[in-house]
Amino acid sequence: MPSFVITEKCDGCKAQDKTACQYICPNDLMTLNRDIMKAYNQEPEQCWECYNCVKICPQQAIEVRAYQDFAPLGGNVIPMRGTDSIMWTVKFRNGSLKRFKFPIRTTAEGSINIYGGKPEPDITKIKQPGFFTHQGAGVAMPTIK
Amino acid sequence: MEKETCTFSYCQKPEVVEIETDLLLIGGGMACCGAAFEAARWATPKGMKITMVDKAATDRSGAVAMGLSAINTYMGGNDPKDYVKMVRGDLMGIVREDLIYDLGRHVDDSVHLFEEWGLPIWKKGDDGFSLDGFQARDAGKKLLKDTADGDEREKLVVRSGKWQIMINGESYKVIVAEAAKLALEHNRKATGVAQNLFERVFIVKLYHDANDPKRVAAAAGFSVRENKIYIFKAKAMINASGGAVNVFRPRSTQEGQGRAWYPVWNSGSGYALGMQAGAELTMMENRFVPARFKDGYGPVGAWFLFFKAKATNALGEDYCVTNFEETKKLYSPYAEKLGTAIRNHMMMIDMKAGKGPILMNTHIAMQEINKTFKEKLGDKEAVKRIKHLEAEAWEDFLDMAIGQAGLWACKNVEPDKEPSEIMPTEPYLLGSHAGCAGFWCSGPDDLGSPDHYHWGYNRMSTVPGLFMAGDICGASGHKFSSGSHAEGRIAAKSAITFILDHADYKPAIKATADEIAAELYAPYEVYEKYKTVSTDPAINPHYIRPKMLQTRLQKIADEYFGGISTWYMTSKTMLDTGLNLLDMLKEDAGKMAAANLHELMRCWENYHRILSVEAHARHILFREETRYPGYYYRGDFLPINDKDWKCFVNSKYDAEKNTWELKKVPYVQMVEDAPPAAH
Repeated sequence: MPSFVITEKCDGCKAQDKTACQYICPNDLMTLNRDIMKAYNQEPEQCWECYNCVKICPQQAIEVRAYQDFAPLGGNVIPMRGTDSIMWTVKFRNGSLKRFKFPIRTTAEGSINIYGGKPEPDITKIKQPGFFTHQGAGVAMPTIK
Repeated sequence: MEKETCTFSYCQKPEVVEIETDLLLIGGGMACCGAAFEAARWATPKGMKITMVDKAATDRSGAVAMGLSAINTYMGGNDPKDYVKMVRGDLMGIVREDLIYDLGRHVDDSVHLFEEWGLPIWKKGDDGFSLDGFQARDAGKKLLKDTADGDEREKLVVRSGKWQIMINGESYKVIVAEAAKLALEHNRKATGVAQNLFERVFIVKLYHDANDPKRVAAAAGFSVRENKIYIFKAKAMINASGGAVNVFRPRSTQEGQGRAWYPVWNSGSGYALGMQAGAELTMMENRFVPARFKDGYGPVGAWFLFFKAKATNALGEDYCVTNFEETKKLYSPYAEKLGTAIRNHMMMIDMKAGKGPILMNTHIAMQEINKTFKEKLGDKEAVKRIKHLEAEAWEDFLDMAIGQAGLWACKNVEPDKEPSEIMPTEPYLLGSHAGCAGFWCSGPDDLGSPDHYHWGYNRMSTVPGLFMAGDICGASGHKFSSGSHAEGRIAAKSAITFILDHADYKPAIKATADEIAAELYAPYEVYEKYKTVSTDPAINPHYIRPKMLQTRLQKIADEYFGGISTWYMTSKTMLDTGLNLLDMLKEDAGKMAAANLHELMRCWENYHRILSVEAHARHILFREETRYPGYYYRGDFLPINDKDWKCFVNSKYDAEKNTWELKKVPYVQMVEDAPPAAH
């Protein structure tokens, strides 16, 4: 509906400083029912099925049930996102399964060194074309003529 | 109708937080992440402060939130001049060639950074087959940044089309966001501010400077998590808050509305913020109607370009062949370029003639590949390769349209055994894909462009201090993710220049914090004031809830401005009627009601959608021709009319007077030669 929360598995992220699904949902859909301390999708018809809540949930308590205005019941897609790759299980209505594993990242999370080894910007060249990376490496920007 | 005012007699008054910064980045998508990276590098040694405000969590915000399976703009060994020709051909001849060329010459640097940061990019193996990002690394393939020239890069990457390269892009946005957040942190530490990244803050409106009414000086918004209003005063701003989705009635009827092709959270804020500040728009008559797998709206690009699948009508006919002569009659010489709009047009001829459904013949493509592989490699090796290829095909969905994979699973679709239906979607407003609706922005000074194309600061709108990037920098489509990042960087560097050139400037606004809080929280006040009048707050004569605001907008746009229910057909009489209804909707927005912070965001998002659609309709009304057959039709002016309309249409909205000015602006061709086909 699209994303839904499995009652038995959701613990409201009570051990964390914030509810993971609520933190990540790009459309502000996942919210915590404080009476029962469980999350739910408050506006299912605005769900893009981006799976970010599914991927981030520490309890694997979130799945997606396909949009019922056009999808028959019975299929589902379940990701398991690790630090460098993601595993997908695609289950068909007829019960057949497909599994895939794809790379997601070649560096460790948090390891990016943004300006290390990069040239310093030259403020006297700020009005010329090219990023600081181009200018510092002496890469000339082409022109149309 | 009597106007509602907010005096905080019914709803709680929010805390007001005022932030002063040098450069404000509005949005958290690819463009603003690029802007943060470039801006922090230039600004930090000067002690200038950069602040970013994102309505979501930057790790997964913007159009790349789900991920992508390809980077669609990478020059490699191509000449940016050819890129200009492709974009011009696809967008029916009227584009800003200076902006496009400028983007082309900058963009690869961003792609090289993505790979350095950890984005896995496919490489060609020694045997000519593709390697995923890990296989490429393990095979010792070079990073793109370590290559000598374009020719070497071209040999390395896996192209699905002339401009596209394949990636393993599930974490594309997470990686780009990490770099942006580190750049902001670098700047924050050096400038000693407490916070410079504000997530879950939704910007509603920009404010002019109290002393210079042309210039923009502040942006105001609210937290969607706590009762707080934010007023950001800045010396310059980059607006990169995206295009507009769910503005026309979608084909899906209930839950499936969420499965828009374009990210469902892009609510036209990019357009509305700039319009309200008086920035000049360009080509807002343009729209994008992608033909995608039906309902799931999964990508077709890899099937077309990488697997060489062909789309036909249900009788097996190639509609781009059978309908070509008829199409040329009205739309030559543009028809010959077979751009995205023209291909849609030819598809729709068959759909209207009952020759549908239109099918993507995935099974024939897979059978062809099967045959070729077996001939080339022998049975055993072929089976292995085909399994890899099958995974690649599924990854295309799983990286960027997971719902499509789910739909195929629910329908037991086996793409190697049967075709799948494709369908033109409801219209979207955007400027970074195969669309170009946006703002009229200054281009670079060094490309010999005509005077009316540049006014000193690259990517600055006609409002001093207000820069645009990504989906809303107009008349320059086909930037995609990498180009949006690069454009954010171009805008950032230019905005820093602007701030340095106006060193004495101190932003000030006329509106008081209380007035701003009252304006932003008005839908809250309205709801609290009236909610008990009826026994069910859903039905109440005193207000309109955000969902119904959006529903009415979608119905008006669909029925009068060329949506799916009229096969994208409109005319002066239809537009006039729809605009009258839209006027009343805009007035009703003064009575929009929000029960909570989530709905408060939905209210303002939908107000942004209304303004975006109004601009779209007024531009379509002004341009008396059908420039984009396959995207929309003016039934009263069905052909393309180059004699009168090979020009930009620009407009300016006066938010205070609620008036519009529209005008023609000359198009200048800067790159010679006939354009090649888009793909």
